[in-house]
Amino acid sequence: MNRMIYADNAATTKLSKTALDAMMPYLTEEYGNPSSLYAHGSKAKEGVEKAREQVATAIGAAAREIYFTAGGSEADNWAIKGVAHAMAKKGKKHIISTKFEHHAVLHTLNALEKEGFEITLLDVHENGVVRVEELSAAIREDTALVSVMYANNEIGTLQPITEIGQLCKEKKVIFHTDAVQAVGNVPIDVKAQNIDLLSMSGHKFHGPKGVGALYIRRGLIIPNLVDGGAQEWGKRAGTENTPGIVGMGAAITEAVATMEERGKKCKEISDYIIDNALKIEKSRLNGDREKRLPGNVNMCFEGIEGESLLLMLDLKGICASSGSACTSGSLDPSHVLLSIGLKHEVAHGSLRLSFSDENTLDDAKYIVEQLEPIVWRLREMSPLWLHISKGE
Amino acid sequence: MYTSQVMDHFTNPRNMGEIKDANGVGEVGNAKCGDIMRIYLKIENGIIEDVKFMTYGCASAIATSSISTEMIKGKPIEAAINLKNKDVVELLGGLPTHKIHCSVLAEQAIKAALADYYTRQGIDPEPILGKICSTCDHCESCHG
Repeated sequence: MNRMIYADNAATTKLSKTALDAMMPYLTEEYGNPSSLYAHGSKAKEGVEKAREQVATAIGAAAREIYFTAGGSEADNWAIKGVAHAMAKKGKKHIISTKFEHHAVLHTLNALEKEGFEITLLDVHENGVVRVEELSAAIREDTALVSVMYANNEIGTLQPITEIGQLCKEKKVIFHTDAVQAVGNVPIDVKAQNIDLLSMSGHKFHGPKGVGALYIRRGLIIPNLVDGGAQEWGKRAGTENTPGIVGMGAAITEAVATMEERGKKCKEISDYIIDNALKIEKSRLNGDREKRLPGNVNMCFEGIEGESLLLMLDLKGICASSGSACTSGSLDPSHVLLSIGLKHEVAHGSLRLSFSDENTLDDAKYIVEQLEPIVWRLREMSPLWLHISKGE
Repeated sequence: MYTSQVMDHFTNPRNMGEIKDANGVGEVGNAKCGDIMRIYLKIENGIIEDVKFMTYGCASAIATSSISTEMIKGKPIEAAINLKNKDVVELLGGLPTHKIHCSVLAEQAIKAALADYYTRQGIDPEPILGKICSTCDHCESCHG
């Protein structure tokens, strides 16, 4: 039994052949420094600038508005701290975000809170979707920034980004979105959606790891991230990760071109699993059924613990993820699952499956076939299930 | 992450299930923390004739309960009284640091079942077993 099903594409994705092919020359012959004047360097520079165009085009931005970073977390940190520090000078020290952001956002906000910023975290309710009227009510005179993720990394729920962008424009508040999970999976147009800053990460859409980008709307000035050379218009110094940047550019172009077709395929796979796994007694789907990324399945099975479930699935060749405390490396289960109102003991029994177009409906059938007996085997061992089944 | 011994006990747990006519039953841990262990003992003439476990938790929780039952089955009651979590860890070839509490839980689950046995016999268990933390709320290894 050597079958391996990779169903953890929200964690990372396989590098696409297109991206690899685009990168290869820059990993071998085209090793020049993009800042050098001779032809060898300018070839590398061309690669970087082509990728900047590709990234910009994918989200409806101008190339001049794209700043390459070392990943999504760096982009989030820069966007939030940058806007916070720029706006603090104007006396605005209030930031609004949500309870279920990625830690790259939440921990950045914690750091700012210690510096004296005031943070409001919005509820995401049982369906894992923020309510625009609650955001509207939370915006104050001194609000510096609204940061709401495009799609949640655990439960895949899509946020009303267009409405939030419109609201922030009307209220003249800067709007950042962590779109790490969304880019390449759902259509994004930063101009039409009134997004001021957007973070992305190459390896989430079949690009390489260690490269990301921050879109900063023209006219919006935030402090430099890294002082040094003139790279990224002096905002983020350091010799460019040319192969990474080129790979990301190729990957995003491919992802946008195949988005619709991939989305349909991923949704078919997810729907099959959701419909069938929900037949298991005391199971639930986490996050809105409709407003979610096409390739995301996040479910809880009562009476069992996520790490055991993952290891059992791994023995069957299925790579998945969980928000249980044991897998999060902390005492508490995932803050995302708690934010949608799950009890600790239910959140411990969570399973996240996230698909790409390398997955098939046959994979979905295999996963369901394997999942059900594993859930029951763990329940058979579980004193918690004993209590649940007796109604205690 | 886990040793082959842990994976063996996780995938082929020994003595898993319930004993209907057990004369000592103990349960420790809580659902909020993500692990609960339940031990059933059948003690006759000072010998642990049978022992079974049920565990809700991660692979190391299941493995520590499984191996603990093997360590005391068929042995005199003293073997269970003297069972130490570090012996459990050693037999499993080690546990990741953040999973050591699972072995503590296994030791405590057996003690809780013994306490129930003694109580049923009309014997105060505390002088024999000491205090048992059954709720996990004050456990340093978990919440320190």
